[in-house]
Amino acid sequence: MALKMVKGSIDRMFDKNLQDLVRGIRNHKEDEAKYISQCIDEIKQELKQDNIAVKANAVCKLTYLQMLGYDISWAAFNIIEVMSASKFTFKRIGYLAASQCFHEGTDVIMLTTNQIRKDLSSPNQYDTGVALTGLSCFVTPDLARDLANDIMTLMSHTKPYIRKKAVLIMYKVFLKYPESLRPAFPRLKEKLEDPDPGVQSAAVNVICELARRNPKNYLSLAPLFFKLMTSSTNNWVLIKIIKLFGALTPLEPRLGKKLIEPLTNLIHSTSAMSLLYECVNTVIAVLISLSSGMPNHSASIQLCVQKLRILIEDSDQNLKYLGLLAMSKILKTHPKSVQSHKDLILQCLDDKDESIRLRALDLLYGMVSKKNLMEIVKKLMIHVDKAEGTTYRDELLTKIIDICSQSNYQYITNFEWYISILVELTRLEGTRHGHLIAAQMLDVAIRVKAIRKFAVSQMAMLLDNAHLIASNTQRNGICEVLYAAAWICGEFSEHLEEANQTLEAMLRPKVTTLPGHIQAVYVQNMVKLYASILQQKEQAGEKEAAQEITQLMIEKLPQFVQSADLEVQERASCILQLIKYIQKLQVKEVPVAEEVIALFAGELNPVAPKAQKKVPVPEGLDLDAWINEPPSDSESEDEKPKTIFHDEEQRHSRHRQPEIDEEELARRREARKQEQANNPFYIKSSPSPQKRYQDTPGVEHIPVVQIDLSVPLKVPGMPMSDQYVKLEEERRHKQKLEKDKKKKKQKKEKRGKHHRHNSLHTESEEDIAPAHHVDIITEEMPENALPSDEDDKDPNDPYKALDIDLDKPLADSEKLPVQRHRNVETLKSPDSEALLVEKKSKKPKKKEKKHKEKEREKGKKKEKEKKKSSKHKKKKHKKEKEEKSKDKKKSKKKSHHSEEETTESVQNGTLDDEPLPPMSSYRLLAENPYIKMTYDIQGNLQNDSQVTVSVIFENKSTSFLKSMELNVLDSLNTKMLRPEGSSVHDGIPVPFQLPPGISNEAQFVFTLQSIVMAQKLKGTLSFIVKNDEGSTHEKLDFKLHFSCASYLITTPCYSDAFAKLLESGDLHMNSIKVDGISISFQHLLAKICFHHHFSVVERVDSCASMYSRSIQGHHVCLLVKKGENSVSVDGKCSDSTLLSNLLDEMKETLSKC
Amino acid sequence: MWKIHFILLFSRQGKLRLQKWYTTLPDKEKKKIIREIVQIILSRNQKTSSFVDWKDLKLVYKRYASLYFCCAIEDQDNELLTLEVVHRYVELLDRYFGNVCELDIIFNFEKAYFILDEFIIGGEVQETSKRSAVKAIEDSDMLQETVEEYMNKPAF
Repeated sequence: MALKMVKGSIDRMFDKNLQDLVRGIRNHKEDEAKYISQCIDEIKQELKQDNIAVKANAVCKLTYLQMLGYDISWAAFNIIEVMSASKFTFKRIGYLAASQCFHEGTDVIMLTTNQIRKDLSSPNQYDTGVALTGLSCFVTPDLARDLANDIMTLMSHTKPYIRKKAVLIMYKVFLKYPESLRPAFPRLKEKLEDPDPGVQSAAVNVICELARRNPKNYLSLAPLFFKLMTSSTNNWVLIKIIKLFGALTPLEPRLGKKLIEPLTNLIHSTSAMSLLYECVNTVIAVLISLSSGMPNHSASIQLCVQKLRILIEDSDQNLKYLGLLAMSKILKTHPKSVQSHKDLILQCLDDKDESIRLRALDLLYGMVSKKNLMEIVKKLMIHVDKAEGTTYRDELLTKIIDICSQSNYQYITNFEWYISILVELTRLEGTRHGHLIAAQMLDVAIRVKAIRKFAVSQMAMLLDNAHLIASNTQRNGICEVLYAAAWICGEFSEHLEEANQTLEAMLRPKVTTLPGHIQAVYVQNMVKLYASILQQKEQAGEKEAAQEITQLMIEKLPQFVQSADLEVQERASCILQLIKYIQKLQVKEVPVAEEVIALFAGELNPVAPKAQKKVPVPEGLDLDAWINEPPSDSESEDEKPKTIFHDEEQRHSRHRQPEIDEEELARRREARKQEQANNPFYIKSSPSPQKRYQDTPGVEHIPVVQIDLSVPLKVPGMPMSDQYVKLEEERRHKQKLEKDKKKKKQKKEKRGKHHRHNSLHTESEEDIAPAHHVDIITEEMPENALPSDEDDKDPNDPYKALDIDLDKPLADSEKLPVQRHRNVETLKSPDSEALLVEKKSKKPKKKEKKHKEKEREKGKKKEKEKKKSSKHKKKKHKKEKEEKSKDKKKSKKKSHHSEEETTESVQNGTLDDEPLPPMSSYRLLAENPYIKMTYDIQGNLQNDSQVTVSVIFENKSTSFLKSMELNVLDSLNTKMLRPEGSSVHDGIPVPFQLPPGISNEAQFVFTLQSIVMAQKLKGTLSFIVKNDEGSTHEKLDFKLHFSCASYLITTPCYSDAFAKLLESGDLHMNSIKVDGISISFQHLLAKICFHHHFSVVERVDSCASMYSRSIQGHHVCLLVKKGENSVSVDGKCSDSTLLSNLLDEMKETLSKC
Repeated sequence: MWKIHFILLFSRQGKLRLQKWYTTLPDKEKKKIIREIVQIILSRNQKTSSFVDWKDLKLVYKRYASLYFCCAIEDQDNELLTLEVVHRYVELLDRYFGNVCELDIIFNFEKAYFILDEFIIGGEVQETSKRSAVKAIEDSDMLQETVEEYMNKPAF
């Protein structure tokens, strides 16, 4: 043996340790992969050795390699070996490796269950700790199910170090094995008031995390958390609780009102930025959720905004960023409060940090008003000039367009200014958003009729300067604007001053370098231009000029006919033919202009993008039915009816066949008009209600600002849009002056009364009238469009399917207590057991089986003894199954019973929504027509001379119960713990009042000296009954029974430890026998476990060993044997009196069976 | 209320020094995420804020000397608190190693993990008190030392 040890350590001397490996890798930078594969080979050799130290070293190295990205899943079994090492040094390495590389798919994880359980109950707290930590990383549903009870027990461990870890791990267990939540919750809740702050904060963490996902189930804890919030000084805990309240308030608005004050106090007082930020965020969230119901919280909002301003002004980029982020949340509901900090936000646009600039941009969107839009956009335009990266510049561009176009151009008072902004934006080279600008130009020109003349002049200028825009032959996105320019000039050519010049610009050879779809629009629109010039000239009688222009077309068009783009080619050749025909007519001196212009007659109306979808399907029309039988080969024609701005294809919608002779054309048009007039679903152009603008006076007399068309596109010094800003300012000034005059008159007229109202009103930005009366044509919709907004929702939205109420209170059948592993095969309560049987009979059986097989495999490898026990297990399981099938019939009855019980406990209901303990151990204390009291006694692990009595008070009457006070007559041994300074005769006030039908729970602590005997204490509850008739004083006497079992705490014990205990010989013995027992052995054990706080150590056939421990550390061991009709219980205990009393109590329970 | 999804430590050269995952993901996915995040963070200007929106999570990172510490948290989580967590972890490392440097973490990477495990468990902070955290580490190290001493004792 000694030799082997020596050999082991010598071997070890030649092994590489982790440091060597790391150093080696650093020295082999060239051939790292090769070196590592060499190392892995060495590690494989090391893992084959018996020496656990060598193995641990190897596993440690593997863990390092795993981090570097190498697969080490092949070593999973070795990792488990190291995990089960007895030395902490190795164990910890094993667990680390496991936590880094085990996951749900790791199959050997099954083998760890027993090892982990053993480590969890190790006397060394660090063994337990390391097992818990590891478990938090690789817990699987199986592990969670098997270990839930062990971990739950650890939540009451004597060491806070373990309690705190166990509480946190419980959250992971809940996730993997949701059934454990209900049984574990009461204890978890208890931990909120743990004396150790670490444990307390852990419990807060877990409950907050649970509540965040499903807040409504935790509403009832609000008062408790409220207390914690106002008393805690731990910022970490505070932040958690505040966040939790943020999640709860939307469900309970009253909570919000209560919260505002403590939160604002915190905001005022705290120096911790993280806490401040959390408070501000929560206040915002609370106010948002309250916004409808709360009258005025401008003070709180003001405070938040002020604090955020301080954050934003801070030099720390992080605070700046978060401040802006939080501001944007306020902006949604309280835009006015944010708007007053415009200066600061504009300042942030100059920040060096792009992420901060982007946040500031987000804010701008909500801050514009009619008053400041121009100013803000001007500022943004300066940034556009300065911006270096194209991404940020593009972001700016989209933001400018977003800001201006939001809610139907609501904030634009001067469209000339907007058009010039758009034109200025075309100077951006290399932007991806040319199409956005183009779409805006088209939209504005079409929908704002009054601006068309100006728009056309600007577009003509763009066309004239097309070489600037399209200078870079690289296809940059900005040339898209030429598409819009050409279309606008063509469509609204009647507004063009110098149509000739524009036409020439469009015919320049350079145009042929533009993308095909733009050229196609050029070709189409030059005909429109041509037609209007022709008409002009003919009307003026300038025949020669008319012929000249025709000649020009005929000369220049062939360059498009030769285009490689089919669309351009086709259009160009059609048009060329048409114009040649016109030329012939012109030579004959036939007036043609009227007929040419007729080609493009009619108004184009903007159609809403959704219009087509909204056309209701007429009755009796089956859209899916074939009109004709489907042709054999598919036709590639696809029609996409969309608006002109949203799809390029749409350009062809007005595609015509110019070759048809005019008469035929006119005839057809007439016929079509007729047809359309009779068709209710056709979108008509003429008598639509939105188009009254045509008749509105003033539109024609819009004072259009004189623009010098010779102004070059780039004015040195001052961009063009600035002119409009100035003009607009002057205009507003004038307007204001006029208004003021009027107002003065008004004031004279009606002084006093409306004075205040008026003065308030003057400042309102809504007073700013637009430069000219502009009708923004709303997009047309079909006449009987369905008003539904259904199309806004995507029916394939994946989150819809997730809209499930995950934790509606679990139904009875869902309730499942913690399942234990084979060793501790025990069930806590009879009803839960019945349920368990039901459940098990379904799915989990399979799993269990599999599990067992694995266990067996493992068992084979182990020593003989274990083999034996696993045989036992098999046997036992067979039996169990038989029993289960027998019980099935019974289970119906049982589940019925349990239903009753739960409904009862719901009425008693500690708290409505809160998960209830699955089995009620509450016994009746006393009852009268007003009130019913039930109680339960629990030992306190932390204190060996204390028990906690939980009493549920239920108001059975229709009156209000208040001033409840509970008092007991202390005995020498047992005393109620009263607040300091009060005498033994003082009662303890119950910390709540009870409205009718409500129940609530209060806890009272009792101190005891000896626990070997059961105790009875007399007591009285006094209370005031208040109803309509007045108040009466009432009393209710009770007897509080402390059974010996209530001093016991369920403690798991392993067979080896159990055996040692029995062997020690320090225990006293006693036994009882009860006859006439009919219930199954399993039920019997469950009853003992539940009512007497025992746990099963081992069970073989109809014989079981059980264990429990008193709060004062007495060991109690039982051997329960079931005969034909009787049960015998042999007990051993460190105290003989305690044992005999316990057995007496047990006898009573059993005889009731 | 913040649940950390994972913590990564990597060097300025993009070498991973520590990774801890509090959500289970396949290895392949993890590698992809690591590559992506390292690239995102290394490409950021030094003077920018410490927060990056990444998919539906937020990355909070901070550079200490040559090492980047990066946490992924959820949308509603508190960024500043996460920075404090990172800082606290660095403080713990500093206390343990005494003026910690990247090499300490490279050569004692398992210790770095142990310290992290003592501080954060399952994505939640378990010990808010610096003193207790350090004490727990030192105590379990004492255990380690004695066991190691025992092992190193000549067995003959």
